[in-house]
Amino acid sequence: MAYFLFFLLAIVCVGAVIAMIFSKNQAYNALYVILAFVCMAGLFGLLDAPFIAVIQIIVYAGAIMVLFLFVIMMINLREGVPPERKRWTIGLSFVIAGVLVIELILAFKGFLSPARTAAESVGSPTDLGRLLFTKYLYPFEITSVLIIAALVGAMILVKKKDSGSDEG
Amino acid sequence: MIPTSFFTSLSAILFVLGGFAFFVKRDLITQFLSIEVMLSAANLAFIAFAKSASSLDGQIIVFFIITVAAAEAAVGLAIILLVYRQKKTIKSEDMNLMKG
Repeated sequence: MAYFLFFLLAIVCVGAVIAMIFSKNQAYNALYVILAFVCMAGLFGLLDAPFIAVIQIIVYAGAIMVLFLFVIMMINLREGVPPERKRWTIGLSFVIAGVLVIELILAFKGFLSPARTAAESVGSPTDLGRLLFTKYLYPFEITSVLIIAALVGAMILVKKKDSGSDEG
Repeated sequence: MIPTSFFTSLSAILFVLGGFAFFVKRDLITQFLSIEVMLSAANLAFIAFAKSASSLDGQIIVFFIITVAAAEAAVGLAIILLVYRQKKTIKSEDMNLMKG
């Protein structure tokens, strides 16, 4: 089972990156990279790193790629409008939604069953947080300074010089 | 139990594909996306080695890499936006201001 998951995720991940190389549309490129990142989060889950997997989805596939998509939309190159949504994509989205519902129901059932054992894996968020706030406290604090600097830097860079409007 | 070499091989493949995309593609945004793919491939190697060494330090380092990647994406995209405003293009061949 683990091998099956590994090869499935690996093939989809590599395929998404190869599709990114061959695709011309930047918005599609960003979506392919999101697919690759989600598969990579699955691989992190296989490697007993559930917290990093969640962070990968929320920060990478969520926040950073949304930033990319916003910039792609703001730049708005002379691409034509995307073609009309095809019939099979609607069917496919129904199938994917159904699979997601079934998976969520099964997950909640497993969560509520009394046979569930306490989290014993090495990569639990508790252990990670303990390590982060003891051994790696100084890098963690320095990271906050880095993020503030990046935030201010990005705002200063994008600010329009002549007009007084604080578009950013 | 999947051997670590599988994960490190996948990480190497993804890293090389990211580097390849960086050199092949010609617009700044896709090149930047390839850099993100390369960073993520490095993350995969870190997590694989953390698992094989049964240590959490690799996961902490991946946490920091993701944080730095977020900061880098913010600044990099701001620079791309600025370049687009000044030159009305994001093709990397057109960035020839410093060419001798």
